[in-house]
This record gives sequence, structure tokens and C-alpha cells, in this order.
Amino acid sequence: MNRKWTETVIEAAIRLSGFLLIAFVFLIFLFLLKDSLSLFRVYPFFDFIAGTKWLPISEPPSFGIVPLVMGSFMVTAGAIAICVPIGVAAALYIAEIAPGFLKTILKSLIEVLASIPSVVLGFIGIVWLGPFVKNLFHLRTGMCGLTGVFLLAFMALPTIITISEDALASVPRMYKEAAYGLGATKWQALWRIVLPAASSGIMAAIMLGIGRVIGETMVVMMVTGNAPVIPTSLLQPLRTLTATIAGEMGEAVSGSDHYYALFAVGLVLFIITFILNFTAERFLRRTRR
Amino acid sequence: MVEQDAIIKTLDLNCFYDELQVLRNINLEIYRNEILGIIGPANSGKTTFLRALNRLNSLNINYRQQGVIRFEGQDATQIPDSVLRRKIGIIFAMPQVLPITIYENVAYGPRVHGVKDGQRIDALVMESLQKAYLWDEVKDRLQTSATKLSGGQQQRLCIARTLAVEPDVILYDEPCSGLDPISTARVEDAMQQLSQQYTQILVTNNTKQAARVSHRTAFFLMGELVEVDNTQVLYTNPSDKRTDDYLTGKFG
Repeated sequence: MNRKWTETVIEAAIRLSGFLLIAFVFLIFLFLLKDSLSLFRVYPFFDFIAGTKWLPISEPPSFGIVPLVMGSFMVTAGAIAICVPIGVAAALYIAEIAPGFLKTILKSLIEVLASIPSVVLGFIGIVWLGPFVKNLFHLRTGMCGLTGVFLLAFMALPTIITISEDALASVPRMYKEAAYGLGATKWQALWRIVLPAASSGIMAAIMLGIGRVIGETMVVMMVTGNAPVIPTSLLQPLRTLTATIAGEMGEAVSGSDHYYALFAVGLVLFIITFILNFTAERFLRRTRR
Repeated sequence: MVEQDAIIKTLDLNCFYDELQVLRNINLEIYRNEILGIIGPANSGKTTFLRALNRLNSLNINYRQQGVIRFEGQDATQIPDSVLRRKIGIIFAMPQVLPITIYENVAYGPRVHGVKDGQRIDALVMESLQKAYLWDEVKDRLQTSATKLSGGQQQRLCIARTLAVEPDVILYDEPCSGLDPISTARVEDAMQQLSQQYTQILVTNNTKQAARVSHRTAFFLMGELVEVDNTQVLYTNPSDKRTDDYLTGKFG
């Protein structure tokens, strides 16, 4: 009797933790939505979502997020273009080619890579990478989109490598043996069998990598120049959604339109990352099936 | 039925995993177009022998081998992996279909060997599926995923896939261990038909299956080849007492 009671309590506690998690996500969404709606009562939604000027403290203010979305988009696209090929190739090397001892060393080094605080990377960006990019392209300033792209690619690498490596390692050994049994070479087996079989896991890795890049704040705030204009090239200073919130929240008067506009930016960011994670989860589930 | 012309010949074949010796001085000739059954209890080295023939063992870094394997009179070590494995195909215990369509499963082999002509591949796919007695069951759904087929169909698809690279020898590693009796009968039928054209080696735990299908049978025990003879002779009048004991169920 006593035992049954313990079971009930434990089960209830576990269930509570689960529901609490859902409640948190839901509440965050509600709070963002509530404060965003306060903006849309005084500022048209369409001007917010399609406006091309972000001038929060001019008179009258303008809260168009297109420059910020474009900034986030360009930096993310650039970072992904760099880190996906490198990340997947590195994962292939670790999962399929590297000998045992090297595999262990590489895997732990990647963990170290993942644990570098982003502010340290931002620092490296300011004192070393920024001037390097400036000299390389003869720019007026090295604090531009490209510097951010390099650092963000570097930050997303561990995520992409570890999850892709897991996906590749979980491809059944029998697929490879079947390919070898038909006379395929190692590279043919990798390219035509192992890689496609792991593709949904690799897609999930890329999605999570994108999520990591788009949500990153400190690095982009430190190195991309923070100019809220629509960027035409990665060699210009630009500003992302995240950097806008982090940079302006301190100076916005609580309860002002500007303050609520930042919440609306947060809502946009929340929706983007939610969609990314949701898609990644779909891909991952397909791998497990 | 059996021509006395050896397509594969092993001379003092010894196989090791690290220090563990799993095959001892195997001298065995495999005749062209015969079905050779290999029987014996677990851990007697049957699978290792099979995988030594097309060098799949060498994927294991702990594996070592001594002795000579001759294929068509030539020292097999002189033949590149991809050529040897194309000529000596293998069917595994569990059907190893690839997670792609039925068509692509069969077309995969020819493609890795550089066949690019679409019509030629179409023809190879159809011909191979017919030879494996699968064509009628799958001809209307070649573009569906191969993993949706039943176990017996998957195993016959694996046979078709092996046939598509036009091998001379087909190795079977307990091909029916995961199949029901009806699927097993289908696979055995396919093997009988194929013996017109191909040399086949069947490793099996099921002594009755070897008796039904094979022309000659070899008995392996603890890494040694105890004896090899015409199936009828081996089953009714074995020359070694251990063979008799195994077949009558005194051990194993």
C-alpha cells in the first residue's frame, strides 16, 4: 500500500516537471505577444514587419524590422555556407575515416570548442579577425558582416559536427558491408550509401546550427558594426535582431513604444527559432524511425 | 551437374582474429556451377571461410590470414578488392536491403562499377529480378522503398542485387536463418535455378537445408575441415565419425 503511494507521488512529480516545461514555453510566448500587441495598438503591424527603416529615437520614430531581419538573414546564410561543408566533412572524417585514438582526441577537442564563451570569441573578433578582414578587403572598418560570419560559423561547427557524427555513426554497419560486398570502394560506399542514409540527421544538425547562429547575440553585437541599415553586402556593417534587443533594451524607457517594439522583435526571433527547432525535430524523428 | 573444374581453390588457409585462430589449414576446391553446402556447429569458422573468399574479413583490422586462395587459377591477392567482390558476391544472414527504392537497390551495383547507360541498367534490373524469382511480385512497384518488402522478398532482392553485377560465384551466409518456411522454399528454388549459371556456396546451420539444396557438402568443426563429399554420400555414409555424430544430433 505504502509502495503504491510512493509510485503515485513520483509519477506526479515527473508529470509536473514535464508540464512545467510546456507551461514555460507557452508563458514566454504569451508575454512576448502581450507586450508586442501594446506596440501594434499605436504602430501599424504592416509598417513594423515591412518597414525599411529602424529609427527608434527619431521623431516620429520608425520601427521597420526589415534591416534587422536582413542583417540576421545575411549573417546566418553566410555562416551556414561556411560551416555546413566543413562541419559535415569533419563529421565524415571522424565517423568513418579517423583511426580510433584520433577520433577520441578530435571528439574531445570539439567539446572544448563548444565550451568557449561567445564573449571571448567576440574579443578575438575585435582585436584580431576584424583588423584582418579590414586589411584583406581594404575596408574602412573591419567591424562588418563578414567578421561576424566567420565567428558564427566557428560557433556553429561543434553543433553540426557532433550531431552529424552521431547520425553517421548510427548508420547500420550492414549497409556498408552490403555496398562493399557488391564491390563498391570506400568512397562510393560513403557517398552513395552512408551519407544519404544519414541525411535526415545531418539536416537536423544543420537546422540546429542555424538556430544557434540566429540566436547568438554577444558575438554579433561586438563585431558586426551595429548599423541598422539594409545591408547590400557582407562587407558593410550591419545589425541583427538579437543585437538590437541587447543593445537598445538598456536605454529604452520602460513602457514606451520603443520598449514594446523590442518585445515585438523578440517575438519575431522566437517564432523563427521555434520553426527551426520544430523542423529539426521532425528530421531527427525521421532518422530514428 | 558437377564439372570437376575448380573455380576457387584454397591451399593451407589459416585465419586469425588477433591471436585466436579460427580456421586451420583449409584445403578445399570449389567446382564450377556446383552448390557447395558448408555445415557445422556455431564457431566452426564457416562464416569466416566465406568472407575470406571475397575478402570482406579484411574490413576487420584485427584479421590476419595465411595461405593461398586461387580464383580462376590466379592468386586472389593479385585481384583488386572491387573486382574480386564483384565476381564473388555475397548474401548475408539478415537481408541487407539499402534504404532506397527496389529499383535503386538493384541498380546500385552496376552504377558503382561505372554502368551509366539507363537502358542497360533497366535491362539488368529486370533480368536480375527475374532470375531471383522476384520480378512478378515487384514489377509494379519498383519505385517504392525496398524496406517495405517482406523478409523473403528482401532476401531475394539481395540475390537480385548481387546478380546485377554479373558475378561468377555467389556466397550465402545462412541466407534463410531469418525466414519462414515458405520464404525459405522460394529462396532455395531460386538457388536451384541459378546453379545453371553460377557457382554457389551455402553456409547454413540447418543441415536439412544443405541436404536439400547442395550438390556437395563440407563439414567444418572447430576451424577444421573434417570432410567434404557428395551430399548423398556425406549424409548417408560419412567417413569421419564426428560428421556422423553431428548429423545424428549427438552434439552441436
